[in-house]
Amino acid sequence: MCLGIPGQVVDFIDPAEHIATVEVSGVRRSISTRLLADDPVAPGDWVLVHVGFALSKIDQAEADLTLDQIRRLGKPFEEEMEAFLETSIV
Amino acid sequence: MKFVDEFRDPAAAKQLLAAIADLTAADPERAYRFMEICGGHTHTIYRHGLEHLLPPQVEFVHGPGCPVCVIPMGRVDDAVWLARRPGVVFTTFGDMMRVPGSAGSLLQAQAEGADVRFVYSPLDALKIARDQPEREVVFFAVGFETTAPSTAVTLARAAALGLTNFSVFCNHVLIEPPLRAILDSPQRRLDGFIGPGHVATVTGSDHFHFIPDEYGLPIVVTGFEPLDILQAVDMLLTQYRQGRCQVENQYARVVRPQGNPAALQLLAEVFTVRDSFEWRGLGWIPASGYRLSEAYADFDAERRFPLPGRRVADPPACECGAVLRGQLKPWQCQVFGSACTPEKPIGTCMVSPEGACAAYYNFGRMHRAAARAVALGGAARSGPVGTATRPA
Amino acid sequence: MVDRARPSESETLERIAAARARGPRLSDDTITLAHGAGGKASAALVESVFLAAFGRPDPAELADAARLTVDGGRLAFTTDSYVVQPIRFPGASIGQLAVNGTVNDLAVCGAQPRWLSAAFVIEEGLAVAELRRQAEDMAAAADRAGVAIVTGDTKVVPRGAADRLFITTAGIGWIPPGRQLGAAQVRAGDQVVLSGSIADHGLAVMMARGNLALAADIASDSAPLNQAVEALLAAVPQTRWMRDATRGGLGTVANELAQASGLSVILDEAAIPVKAAVRGACDLLGLDPLYVANEGCFMAVVPAAAAETARDALRQVGLTAAAVVGQMVADPPGVVAVRNAFGGTRLVDMMVGDPLPRIC
Repeated sequence: MCLGIPGQVVDFIDPAEHIATVEVSGVRRSISTRLLADDPVAPGDWVLVHVGFALSKIDQAEADLTLDQIRRLGKPFEEEMEAFLETSIV
Repeated sequence: MKFVDEFRDPAAAKQLLAAIADLTAADPERAYRFMEICGGHTHTIYRHGLEHLLPPQVEFVHGPGCPVCVIPMGRVDDAVWLARRPGVVFTTFGDMMRVPGSAGSLLQAQAEGADVRFVYSPLDALKIARDQPEREVVFFAVGFETTAPSTAVTLARAAALGLTNFSVFCNHVLIEPPLRAILDSPQRRLDGFIGPGHVATVTGSDHFHFIPDEYGLPIVVTGFEPLDILQAVDMLLTQYRQGRCQVENQYARVVRPQGNPAALQLLAEVFTVRDSFEWRGLGWIPASGYRLSEAYADFDAERRFPLPGRRVADPPACECGAVLRGQLKPWQCQVFGSACTPEKPIGTCMVSPEGACAAYYNFGRMHRAAARAVALGGAARSGPVGTATRPA
Repeated sequence: MVDRARPSESETLERIAAARARGPRLSDDTITLAHGAGGKASAALVESVFLAAFGRPDPAELADAARLTVDGGRLAFTTDSYVVQPIRFPGASIGQLAVNGTVNDLAVCGAQPRWLSAAFVIEEGLAVAELRRQAEDMAAAADRAGVAIVTGDTKVVPRGAADRLFITTAGIGWIPPGRQLGAAQVRAGDQVVLSGSIADHGLAVMMARGNLALAADIASDSAPLNQAVEALLAAVPQTRWMRDATRGGLGTVANELAQASGLSVILDEAAIPVKAAVRGACDLLGLDPLYVANEGCFMAVVPAAAAETARDALRQVGLTAAAVVGQMVADPPGVVAVRNAFGGTRLVDMMVGDPLPRIC
């Protein structure tokens, strides 16, 4: 539930109040990073943005790992995959 | 878009679908009913047409995690009452504007002159209060543990600024109590959960151990892109194949086992758990909602204003409760699509784009065969529409 | 209550299809903004109040402009009011919109726009300099589109009775002989061509209002489309149908075609051009770009064999994002669906009310 969008921290507008600018596909908006006070963010970090707040840092290594797992899933079924793709719908 | 496009990759989706087909092929008679707890997942499932891509043995059951859907009519009436008060600027997320109370929605109150404004963030409501000190600004706070910390930060900021014209009408709710209510129901027929990724960002994935430990069902905390949901299905089926029953975290790029400690700390400071809170369709559930703590009593709209607080029964024809408990599919409801439509909703499940009924009505209202025909349509021709014609 | 006999999915779908076939019904007692947003509520209002009172043209002919025959020659006649707030935003102004919008309503009916009227409702207190700039914007837009503003009217109302400036334009265009555009011409197998990227205008306006505190390089796509329409009709004279995707966006326009033709519009999600920043803003706000307004983008249906010719003709007149985005099918009948890259499909209904940002 609740829309959460990945955004990249661009800079801090008011570090004392934890107000930063994030960018989502070229759209900028000021958000609060107060909820990440324990694990401070820096420009360049990716965060999950929900209702104007950074809720969590996004971990690139974990994202890569997840995608890797998905891609490796196909391996044992390589042959079925071939058949599946050939007869498939798109 | 980074962290989004990768998780919509068609080739990887096909690999996952093949793996899922393989897992279900072993025993074609065995059907699985997985509840996606979050409305956000429901939205993704319908928006990307995932339901029709999965083998028929896998069925999604839509859960209670739609913050708009669970607000009872009496609370909407209280919101409309607040909005109509002279001098009040009533601020709300856009989703709540159309939710019907017993005497109309906030959108109707606005049409009749109430100052209702939608905001993107509770901090925007706070800004209105700072910019217009002569007005009483009330923020309509809804949402689960995902959204409550944002309200908490906003209130802490309001207190630090010493604002006297800002208050919160608090309707924040907790995810565990309704899940237990569903799990305790004798009508439950579920085989596992697609866990609420964004709630877990705050609570941590460890919060959900009670599901395998006490109820013997697997749960995979899951992200919100199509690949996330397909991978979660694969992980749930794999648990069954391997005889495991655990909490797994598919959304590790965002969710940590312990959650967000700063957010949890703020929740504890700013809110107190209510003895009981009324849920649309689910009735009163003990210890399932937040109110503002004593320290923030001055900002509590329920203490500041003499709210009518009238309890209003759900319309008799409305079966949102059964839909929210996963006992009814939207199309099984007697009023679905006839008396209750997105333009004239009776129940909240038809209002929010996350609501199971609205998602099905808007995106999914198609026979499986027709959906298949549409998917196949282009391929039967010389090539899929648009493949040769992508914009430069 | 749950063990009562339940309708099957098919039964429910058939019941809904029957209810929808009866057309939109107005059951509200009060006008809300939704009635002006171009979606279902607008359709219900027009049907139940205006068509009920003024008479109903052939539904297949219910287009952006009326087609009239005068002394054997055919004319198109249309009118539109502009109430956008703010009255100036990145990419356009209310004055420019008022000209382009009416020009486009004529053009997509196959007419060559000639003459416009302009009526102004002005709230007292508006700066004359602002009004002058708006008039200059209108003159420039008319010049670009090759139309003349030939008559007009001015009213001033007390503060609060209007929001700065409302403009109503009407337009007359000439339809060259032999042009037969309409939903009745559309055939299964025809292809859908889109003239440009979607959702720019609606987001530019929403962001210019300032309350969302978003900053992005997004400008309205407001532009006259008559030259592009002429280029398309020259390249593909068999073009079946056209409509500009204004309020309610591409999704709503596609639904209007599906209803009028009885065929389905199948859109290919990956082929629909959406600029990165527009998509980012939509994702942040929880909006679906298919329902966000455009002011310089139209959808055309052409025979399958001519789809690429049509697209290239549009690209040659500067609409470089023009794309083939879908096709018409007979089965299922009368719906709009989007097909994504991994074979998933979803329905696209008409928009309900104004698009509201969602957080959930």
